[in-house]
Amino acid sequence: MFDQVLWFAARGAGIVSLLLSTAVVCLGLLTAMRFERRDWPRFLTVELHRSIALVSVIFVAIHVVSAVLDPFTELGIFAALIPLASTYRPLDVAFGVISVYLVLAVLLTSLIRDRLSQRTWRAVHWLAYAAWPMAVFHSVTAGSDAFAPWMLAIVATCCAAVGALLVWRWSVVWPGRRELADVVDRSSIREEPVKRPTGRTAR
Amino acid sequence: MTPTRLLAGPAIPAGAETIADHRQRLGPRPRATRRGELTATLDRSGLLGRGGAAFPAARKWAAVADRADGDAVVLVNGAEGEPLSAKDQTLLTARPHLVLDGAELAAEAVGAARIVLYIGGDHANAVRAMQRAVAERDMVVPTRLVAAPPTYVAGEESAAVQFVDGGEARPTGVPPRPFERGVGGRPTLVQNVETLAHVALIARYGDAWYRDIGSGPTRGSALVTVGGDVAYPGVTEIAYGTTVRDLVAVAGGSVDRSSTAAVLLGGYFGGWLRAEQAADQPLDPRSCRDAGSAFGCGVVHVLPAGRCGVVATARILDYMAGQSAAQCGPCVFGLRAIADATARIAAVGTARSDDLAHVVRWSGQLAGRGACKHPDGAVALLRSALRTFTDEFDRHERFGVCVEAGRQGRAA
Amino acid sequence: MARDDAVTIAIDRIACDGRGLCAELLPELIELDDWGYPIVAPGSVPPQLIDDARRAVTYCPVLAFKLRPATTAESRASAPARQPLVARQPG
Repeated sequence: MFDQVLWFAARGAGIVSLLLSTAVVCLGLLTAMRFERRDWPRFLTVELHRSIALVSVIFVAIHVVSAVLDPFTELGIFAALIPLASTYRPLDVAFGVISVYLVLAVLLTSLIRDRLSQRTWRAVHWLAYAAWPMAVFHSVTAGSDAFAPWMLAIVATCCAAVGALLVWRWSVVWPGRRELADVVDRSSIREEPVKRPTGRTAR
Repeated sequence: MTPTRLLAGPAIPAGAETIADHRQRLGPRPRATRRGELTATLDRSGLLGRGGAAFPAARKWAAVADRADGDAVVLVNGAEGEPLSAKDQTLLTARPHLVLDGAELAAEAVGAARIVLYIGGDHANAVRAMQRAVAERDMVVPTRLVAAPPTYVAGEESAAVQFVDGGEARPTGVPPRPFERGVGGRPTLVQNVETLAHVALIARYGDAWYRDIGSGPTRGSALVTVGGDVAYPGVTEIAYGTTVRDLVAVAGGSVDRSSTAAVLLGGYFGGWLRAEQAADQPLDPRSCRDAGSAFGCGVVHVLPAGRCGVVATARILDYMAGQSAAQCGPCVFGLRAIADATARIAAVGTARSDDLAHVVRWSGQLAGRGACKHPDGAVALLRSALRTFTDEFDRHERFGVCVEAGRQGRAA
Repeated sequence: MARDDAVTIAIDRIACDGRGLCAELLPELIELDDWGYPIVAPGSVPPQLIDDARRAVTYCPVLAFKLRPATTAESRASAPARQPLVARQPG
């Protein structure tokens, strides 16, 4: 009986993690796009992105722990910690393992963000673009519901949401270094530079 | 009447004074007998920095010396990015050993292990003269020369430090300032070449000698660059407190209502004064600031009658907007918008009805909102222009009429 | 009223990208210029707004919004809290 609970917990928490992390990625993209509407200020996007990220990590933890504890899966602790150590679908599980490590890196750097340079923090944060597809692949292939139609439908929806936002985000240009420099260089006056006076003034 | 302290010696057009002539004229470089002795002398002399900020030199030296562990750096700032100024190039080309004396004295006083000569790359004569001068003598600490990019902001302290460290010549904005962590992370004294030249003389002749000339709140002498509507534009030396009229007379010009529209003091970071106001204006940092202008880097530029202050200001603002380091939104967008609107006002026939109102509003918002003082300087110049050329701005905006009648239709 | 722990707003103008979250969270002290960059009221942060100011530090996507200890002159000039254009929602 308990085994059943663990099995459901592992599957359920896994699916919830997928949905939540999809939401986190979408909110991250909306943050980068300076999304706002009349009743949706920008700080709300950032707030949700952070809160949901923390909740998703909890569900990932439940998913991993219950999957490991479940005797039916034959996954040992090593399978969860070391990529490809699993005897059951090693590659598919490994994608999940690596994805979790990447997410942990993103989480930890965000927690100590004020102690890192912006460049370091952002470089690690971009690992999310690798972590999420790996999690999706893991969802589709590693689970006992793998390739079930309803599961595929969920995954397809997640991919569509992220895909659409990715396209939208990369189509919008925000003033970066290049754009600032372009504004500076734009001159409305075609003028010779001022000639410097040379020589010494007569007494 | 014109003092010759920095510019004493062989005629300037003759080129760089050799080490032999320098030593013969002024004697060997003095060495301090006690730690802090020279800094105390500078403190008593009241020597102000000559880069434009007029910050007391002794205070800067003390700040660096307090933090140094024998590993400080002296950055000799000869970038001179201000287009209207030629004093630093002239000094470096004609009296390189005065500047190098000052640099060595500074290095000993603050406990520096290196000297960096940061010379404007487009001032080829100055670069050459300094290279030769360094080769002529045994510098007391390792000295290298770095050619600065020919941009306006390259002479800003943190921009200079960043460039010397291998980055771009753009201001870095956030703390720490160079005197805490500069070149290579070491406490760095960034000092203008003219300031160091004065140090070389004060070390020889003392603070009482330095203060012996000058009238008004500031004592001593300073180099100025006179330009515009004068017969003999160029660099000369004045005692602080000299009036603009007297200085311009030396340069073969005059400052009176019939022949002069206005005078620009301090360069692009400075301010305009009407001829009648400028004539009796004493040239020293405090007096100029009180009058709504600035001494800055010692530029005195005479705008003749018949030339339009609005047009001149529009051109300067366009240059300043184009010289932004392009790092901070308010400067990039704000300065460009102000410059474009002023250009439209200046070019009769193209001004929009709200251009002047926008210019006033934007310029009120700009100060202090960049990582450096570049937008502040441009806004100060604009404010002085709005104050000095009120009638001209009004006529431009409302009637589309410009004093430079033959130049209608374009911002010439 | 001068306080020892008074803080004032310090924005890293090079990092600031005009994201505007600070103006959403602290409308009494920050307004945006025509291009979306913050204009900060001078002086120290009034005590009742300190929590919102700390939130703005966390929420700035580029970490440009910072708080630093106020100088004596700044803490004497406690920034007058401006009436925000949009009423603050309770809670």
